[in-house]
Amino acid sequence: MTSQSAPVEVHDHHDIKPIRKAAMWVFLGSECMFFGSMIATFLLYRNETADGPGAEIFDIPFTSASSFILLMSSLTMVLAHNAFENRDPRATRIWLLATAMLGTTFLAGQVFEFTEFVHKGLTLSTSSFGSAFYMLTGFHGAHVAIGVLMLMTMFYLSFSGRLFDDRGLNVELVGLYWHFVDIVWIVIFTVVYLLQV
Amino acid sequence: MVLDTSKDLVPAQPTGIWSWITTVDHKRIGMMYGVTALVAFFIAGLEALFIRLQLATPNGTILSADAYNQLFTMHGLTMLLVVVMPVGAAFMNYFIPLHIGARDVAFPRANAFSYWLFLGATIMLLSSFVLGGAPDGGWFGYAPLSTQLEEFVRMDYYAIGAQLLGIASIMASANFIATVFTMRAPGMTLMRIPVFTWMAVVVSFLLIFSLPIFGVGLFQMYFDRNFGTQFFSGGGDPLLWQHLFWLFGHPEVYVLILPAMGIVSEIIPVFSRKPLFGYPFVVFSGIAIGFMGFGVWAHHMYTAGLGPVAEAGFGIATMLIAVPTGVKIFNWIGTMWGGKVRFELPMLFSIGFVSLFVIGGLSGVTHSVVPSDYQQHDSYYVVAHFHYVLFGGGVFGFVAGAYYWFPKWTGRFLDKRMGLWHFWLMLLGFNLTFAPMHILGLNGMPRRTYRYGEGLGWEFWNQVATVGSFIIGVSFLIFAWNLIKSRKNGVEAGPDPWDGRTLEWSISSPPPVHNFDEIPIVEHVDDFWHRKYATDEEGRAVRMTDVTGGTLVETDTGGDGSHEEEDMHMPSPSYYPLVAATGITTVGYGLIYAPGAGWVVAGIGTLITMWGVFGWSLEPVTRDEHHD
Amino acid sequence: MAETAHRAHPSPSTYWVIAGILAVVTAIEIAVPSISALDPVKVPLLWALAAVKFFAVVGFFMHLRYEKKLYRTLFFFGVFGVFPLFIVVLLTFNAL
Repeated sequence: MTSQSAPVEVHDHHDIKPIRKAAMWVFLGSECMFFGSMIATFLLYRNETADGPGAEIFDIPFTSASSFILLMSSLTMVLAHNAFENRDPRATRIWLLATAMLGTTFLAGQVFEFTEFVHKGLTLSTSSFGSAFYMLTGFHGAHVAIGVLMLMTMFYLSFSGRLFDDRGLNVELVGLYWHFVDIVWIVIFTVVYLLQV
Repeated sequence: MVLDTSKDLVPAQPTGIWSWITTVDHKRIGMMYGVTALVAFFIAGLEALFIRLQLATPNGTILSADAYNQLFTMHGLTMLLVVVMPVGAAFMNYFIPLHIGARDVAFPRANAFSYWLFLGATIMLLSSFVLGGAPDGGWFGYAPLSTQLEEFVRMDYYAIGAQLLGIASIMASANFIATVFTMRAPGMTLMRIPVFTWMAVVVSFLLIFSLPIFGVGLFQMYFDRNFGTQFFSGGGDPLLWQHLFWLFGHPEVYVLILPAMGIVSEIIPVFSRKPLFGYPFVVFSGIAIGFMGFGVWAHHMYTAGLGPVAEAGFGIATMLIAVPTGVKIFNWIGTMWGGKVRFELPMLFSIGFVSLFVIGGLSGVTHSVVPSDYQQHDSYYVVAHFHYVLFGGGVFGFVAGAYYWFPKWTGRFLDKRMGLWHFWLMLLGFNLTFAPMHILGLNGMPRRTYRYGEGLGWEFWNQVATVGSFIIGVSFLIFAWNLIKSRKNGVEAGPDPWDGRTLEWSISSPPPVHNFDEIPIVEHVDDFWHRKYATDEEGRAVRMTDVTGGTLVETDTGGDGSHEEEDMHMPSPSYYPLVAATGITTVGYGLIYAPGAGWVVAGIGTLITMWGVFGWSLEPVTRDEHHD
Repeated sequence: MAETAHRAHPSPSTYWVIAGILAVVTAIEIAVPSISALDPVKVPLLWALAAVKFFAVVGFFMHLRYEKKLYRTLFFFGVFGVFPLFIVVLLTFNAL
């Protein structure tokens, strides 16, 4: 008998962890479909620029830098998780904050990038290319923003000493979500940026 | 609170409206799904009766074209997303934990949230009738029709309402998957799970991987309508919507039918007094249907011009999916073969299910043949086909489940005389309504036209269909009356009225809040049966005399008392799921009327949502309850 | 049972090494489009590099290679399911 099939204490503090993780992983599998559909839409419309701006307006060095920042936020996130597992509230707090800062920097970069593109004439309604581009990167940005919000919630909890209580949300789950947002960007960076220029 | 001292740690059943609003009990949530869906069923049924009245005679004058469009769209949308899916969710909520020997689902509050969001989306969709008109672009909302006429909010209700229903379903599905994979009772291996729960798992996987695709399509439709994007217009291609829709829409078909198949697979063995013939085949064919269901979406799009290679490929895949479906039919027949069949009401409806589903399945195979489908596409033949599988299949299966499990829900039987009237009238009315539609379709009557001219040869069969539809209506009025009356006045059933095989019959009717006094230890498929019956030398089942139903769980397992104490901590009630769901529904209403004043509403909704989500995330999962 | 006694999570030093590898792969990715000699293999190469990064993060940072097989199954349904579906969709548009 595996421990999976022995949930005698269903709501026991030790047992809820694998249950939550299973739900989180299946949710992330679902998110793959969500982003996959938008990536496919982008690929379908990658040349439908309606004589407006296309992929040539991408600023690869800039996007590379912001991609790198998001990638490194995964490192700080996993270090926060590591400190959390070691029950070290101070280190957890520092790495959580670092992750949130890197995520915010990425978002700021995205805001800057969108502003630039709009000035260059690419908007949501310019062309199917613009629609698909903004929808994909915009939904990704919204995921990052929600992630930052969750990180800051964890950060706040670390002060009240409730970080290690059994709650709906914990550092490990936030971490899984955050890494997922990062790997989605890994794909977007390749498919939308590098492969189109 | 007065409690038996020996059961000091057993949580009592709370009462009152507030206890329902804050409930996280999977059984109550299941009930609420069921009741909501039943109300929606009557509304959508009424819409269908209006449609039939309009079509009863040539040049019908009862409905305008505009009203007709709204009614047929809402009939389809409501029946699929607000009736059949939630009825499935009702059964899953109630019986997954009971079938696997668990005290609740994995995330009781998320489960409550799923229900409240479903309710919010249902209210939203139905409120559209009085708030600017209901969706009128067909339940599959093909672009570019659905993205035109942006000054009307109708298809915005479709885009947002379906989106919210999708979010609710994804959460519920993740919940069920986590429950089944991590919370099974000791000894309940995957190949001992009751078939219904297996089908629930398959359905959850289908939903969790298909709904996000639909979600993207709905967002694109919404953006096209409100923010001038060009997903399906301009340089965009309306065909993309068809792909995104049917990538969801076809798995959805199996989402609708698999729970009914699961229910029937529970009922037929009980009333044949035989184990399900080929349990692994039934399970694996269900899984196969799940996988293959993802690979046949384009058979809805033969006339869109995908090219011969794609059409041939999807045609063959569609024919192949009939194989696992056929396997199940043979398993059900094999179960009845040589059994001691008792023609109780659940069994009658199950046999109805099998028979009608075979007819619907066979007309489905005729669609898989591409040249044949060219002729049938968008005709009443298609309408006949999918009503045979969804009504003849799905609804018959669910009604069978209702007659089967009503004693478990309430402790009382549904009245048999009324049930027989229900069954025979429903069977008669159903066939009178939908069988003629095959003929009408083959005679060229197109679907979704609000009237037809004289002299086309369609009058007679349309009249028959209209008469049939009202017979169905009468049969369901009898059903509703039976439900209301038997709830209080039905014959008392006891814990195990049908001589059942699965764990839910081992506990009292209705079940206690905590389901199982002690978590059962499972040793067989149909474990409860094996506790009641031994096998003699000739393989016949012999009832063991020293046990009685209802107390078996206690007598069968030896637990140690210290464990029991911890077991009884049930999740605390919470109103945050309702708050969060209210917030998201408010955001939805705001988005429908965005841009403009809608943004304000959406902003308020966001704040309510955050209140709900933060309160929810930060409150403890269980609160220590002290009874002394 | 043994299968659930999953391996211990890696130490912080492993995380830094993985981060270093990710940084190097990213540098290669950025360089690839500017090297004209690689043009014929550019598309598969960039996909492969993205896959390396993807699975490095999933395997190490998300600990998937140290966890129960169940989680892997649940997640990979989504990851590997999405490809065939949308390859077919894009093929019907002749857009690949």
